[in-house]
Amino acid sequence: MAIIHVDGQQYEVNGAQNLLQACLSLGLDIPYFCWHPAMGSVGACRQCAVRQYKDADDDKGMLVMSCMSPATDQTRISIDDEEAKAFRASVVEWLMINHPHDCPVCEEGGHCHLQDMTVMTGHDRRRYRYRKRTRRNQYLGPFIAHEMNRCITCYRCVRFYNDYAGGTDLGAFGAKDNIYFGRYEDGTLESPFAGNLTEVCPTGVFTDQSHSDHYTRKWDLQFAPGICHQCSLGCNISPGERYGTIRRIENRYHGEVNGYFLCDRGRFGYGYVNRNDRPLVPLWRDGAGQPPVTLEVDTALNRITDALRHARRIIGIGSPRASLESNHQLRELVGPDNFSTGIESREQACLDLMNHLQRTTGLPTPTPREIEDHDAILVLGEDPVQSAGRLGLNLRQAALARREAMGEKIGVPAWNAEALKTLGQDSYHPMHIAWPTGTDLDDVAAGRYSLAPDDIARLGFAVAHLIDPAAPAVDHLDPDTRETARRIADDLMAAERPLIVSGGSLASEAVLQAAGNIAQALARRAKQGGLVLIRREANSTGLSLMGGQALDWALDELNGGRADAVVVLENDLYQRLPPEQVEQALGRADIQVVVDHQSTATTSGAHFTLPAATFAEGDGTLVNLEGRAQRFFQVFEPAYMRPEARIHESWRWLHALTAGLRGEAVTDINLDAVTRACAEAHAALAGIVDAAPGADYRIEGLRLAREPHRYSGRTAMRANLAVSEVRPPQDPDTPFAFSMEGYSGFDQPRQQVPFAWAPGWNSPQAWNKFTDEIGGHLRGGDPGIRLIQREAGHRSYSAAVPPAPGDTTDGSLRALILPRLFGGEETSARAEPIQQRMTTPVLILNQKDAEALGVCQGDSVLIGDGPALTVQEQGEWPSGWAGLPAGLLPGLAQGDTLTLRKAEGGAP
Amino acid sequence: MEKQKVPVIRSVLWLVPATWSQLRTLGMVFMHSFRKRETVNYPEEQVYLPPRYRGRIVLTRDPDGEERCVACNLCAVACPVDCISLQKGEQEDGRWYPEFFRINFSRCIFCGMCEEACPTSAIQLTPDFEMGEYGRQQLVYEKEDLLINGPGKDHDYHFYKVAGLAIGGKDKGEAKNEEAPEDVRSLLP
Repeated sequence: MAIIHVDGQQYEVNGAQNLLQACLSLGLDIPYFCWHPAMGSVGACRQCAVRQYKDADDDKGMLVMSCMSPATDQTRISIDDEEAKAFRASVVEWLMINHPHDCPVCEEGGHCHLQDMTVMTGHDRRRYRYRKRTRRNQYLGPFIAHEMNRCITCYRCVRFYNDYAGGTDLGAFGAKDNIYFGRYEDGTLESPFAGNLTEVCPTGVFTDQSHSDHYTRKWDLQFAPGICHQCSLGCNISPGERYGTIRRIENRYHGEVNGYFLCDRGRFGYGYVNRNDRPLVPLWRDGAGQPPVTLEVDTALNRITDALRHARRIIGIGSPRASLESNHQLRELVGPDNFSTGIESREQACLDLMNHLQRTTGLPTPTPREIEDHDAILVLGEDPVQSAGRLGLNLRQAALARREAMGEKIGVPAWNAEALKTLGQDSYHPMHIAWPTGTDLDDVAAGRYSLAPDDIARLGFAVAHLIDPAAPAVDHLDPDTRETARRIADDLMAAERPLIVSGGSLASEAVLQAAGNIAQALARRAKQGGLVLIRREANSTGLSLMGGQALDWALDELNGGRADAVVVLENDLYQRLPPEQVEQALGRADIQVVVDHQSTATTSGAHFTLPAATFAEGDGTLVNLEGRAQRFFQVFEPAYMRPEARIHESWRWLHALTAGLRGEAVTDINLDAVTRACAEAHAALAGIVDAAPGADYRIEGLRLAREPHRYSGRTAMRANLAVSEVRPPQDPDTPFAFSMEGYSGFDQPRQQVPFAWAPGWNSPQAWNKFTDEIGGHLRGGDPGIRLIQREAGHRSYSAAVPPAPGDTTDGSLRALILPRLFGGEETSARAEPIQQRMTTPVLILNQKDAEALGVCQGDSVLIGDGPALTVQEQGEWPSGWAGLPAGLLPGLAQGDTLTLRKAEGGAP
Repeated sequence: MEKQKVPVIRSVLWLVPATWSQLRTLGMVFMHSFRKRETVNYPEEQVYLPPRYRGRIVLTRDPDGEERCVACNLCAVACPVDCISLQKGEQEDGRWYPEFFRINFSRCIFCGMCEEACPTSAIQLTPDFEMGEYGRQQLVYEKEDLLINGPGKDHDYHFYKVAGLAIGGKDKGEAKNEEAPEDVRSLLP
């Protein structure tokens, strides 16, 4: 702590910060451009000048850049100083000299940091009489639009893209006043975190292309606190809606989970909410292949309950992409004995094992932010960037943090980014990655080991044995692997806080047990480490905590004739098990009811389809990979702009069916009641009630506003339908109002912030007003509640070491499905920008296997009766395995034997 | 107590100016019989409206005949009764335009804030108030009803000739006061 004096007032601040950060944390406004809380200071823009005095007697002082000056004890500065104010006004005036006159046609307008800072410094007239510099734009892919005229050369883009996110294809070109930020030629930005440029850039140079295609100003969007459904990390998002469609996703600051950044799948993968082929009304089909008949809500409910009442036994198939509430209501409908999680058995076994390991190994699960504080990392059988997006960015920061450790020794503060970069050069905290092919973290890794799944597990067991000899040893280990294990073990032991990252991508319990053994060994050596286990889908963790039978069991019950009706919740079974198996089982069911928000292969065969709400139209709770339960809230009411829509949350539909089936009157239920019912029914989920405030939560007696106070067009947006305005939708489930009326300020601490706005701060930088200190936590506390607690007691080391692979290569190839960020997840793969961004899928083979198959690089290979893929040979790729991208062949499981044959005519 | 005596003549003196005022008023009213009439026989006779009269709202075109509105949403946000709603679209050549533009005239108070906010002189109020309808729904005007074929009151302004955004037919560097685009590959001063 340090005492600083600002304009004669005395304040207590964190002395490790710079003056800019300290003053902003105090709520004092200093304009700035190049400084960013996550990226530190470089002093490039000269905007944050203040006057600093040597001591109490100094009345002259000097102008300093507040971002480059430490907030040491007894610092005396003046922000209101006339000369400092004039200096800052001049800087904005210089920056505006070349700024094009195009705010009305700029996507940044209305949430632009440059606009905010220009207003803050008071510049409003152009005095410069000469010509403006212009610059050409580039095509940067389906996500990002580029308009270089608007650039103020703050260097934030390249600092984020290259230094923070590890991208290589964006750079600063040119010299003096023709600096240019772009790629060396037109083309898609390669980094999976490129979307953050839209928020990092203080002006409109990099804007969200998917938003521009149906553009709406920030003040016209309706927001709610959302949770990203596109992977298991549970990033907090702020989805914005207008005219009944989601227009964009922006980051919602969470001090522990996502901080300031999202991955591109989460940011641009929302398109499935807006698809025209979504079910909007209840549908009834007489049988498979029959044309659907639309039903009214009551008719549909009556018919379904009638049909279900006559069924002997109803099987309920839940879903890891649906909320806990919906899954629980399904379980209520069919009974605990008939409830399946809808997860394939091997994946479910892995999920259960991961929960078990998180509880018993003795190492805590760090939050994504805490990951950045670890100083040695072993990634065992995961590709974090592809399987958990944003988490990869956290792991990269952990590796980069070596610089800060080096800086600390010689007194360079952690915020002095450029100095640390020069100091650190290429030295990183050791990161070892065991994964069959290249990952996006290879450039900061000490080693990456291309191994087959079982060999990855053997490597892990060997490392555990080296750390703690009590852990089972691995026999017949080849010298290379032994040496690798030695190096990894040494690095983990030398570290103060080692981190183990593993997960379910390889669907291998052996890999997870190996990771568990290492974690346990480290815990026994009293290491302050961490264990992170990556799940596949948004609510995989939650559903495995809830429990239920695997999907295979449900299909077996149907196949065996032990049940004749099935209710499927937000799940496309054809994505999980082979199509023949699913089709056969579903065909045995006399009644198939599917509740989903997408038209899938499962809905098209169902007798009844009920239109479910996506994350944007409904509320619910998800549990992320650290075990944090987080609530997402309804952004808009679909029937307001589309009166024909009958979309409701799945839990509402299922509750109505439950009541109907029991012969009770169908009464409406609200979110708080279903959440409470779910928490009471499952001891492991008891905490979810406290994950977010209930519907009766008020601030200053007000509901919380979903719309900014400038929201426009309320009396015109529906006027084409009917000029008499209907009552705005009411929300019985949440404390939010579908209105601009309600609390939307920043001065009262709160966890659930639909959108960040503060007077004078329209850009995402307004989050600074909501945090306890800049880059810290929300003043109302970071949202969510951790459910998985470590348990006392011992886990005995797993001895399930896979045997050494013999020379049993019979020439058959097994499928090794590689997670992929774009296209590897079911719902986001339905979004158009994501589809454009998907890379052409390839089949990865070892050279020897390729030779044996008689194909070479670039040849086309057919997989069974499925699609043709281009072969990519990789020298290090484990032989006996064929690498396939996830999401390409639904129903194919990890390790399945593939029938490959060369396509006629070579490459297409 | 002795009653104070006020002279009678003093107590009725006020009647003189009062009577004069009455007579003058009567005279003035009478004289109006000979003045030119303010009442017009509307609708046979049309009303004179000054050019700045704030009546029916129109969307104008620039001197080249292209739509001026760039769908920036500033009119909508300035509107105190929130009766304007629109959606941005983008032409092939990069111009922004409103995909739809709707004004609910049954809510409009003709305050002219939209016109003040418009950065492109697109939305203008005109001297026309003849908008009465039997059905309120008819007062919802779409873009087809609003767009006119001329520049309205502002004859010369052409937003894209000033703005730095390149559109078809106007490349980077061709707007007012602009240098030709930089050659990034040159390091010469």
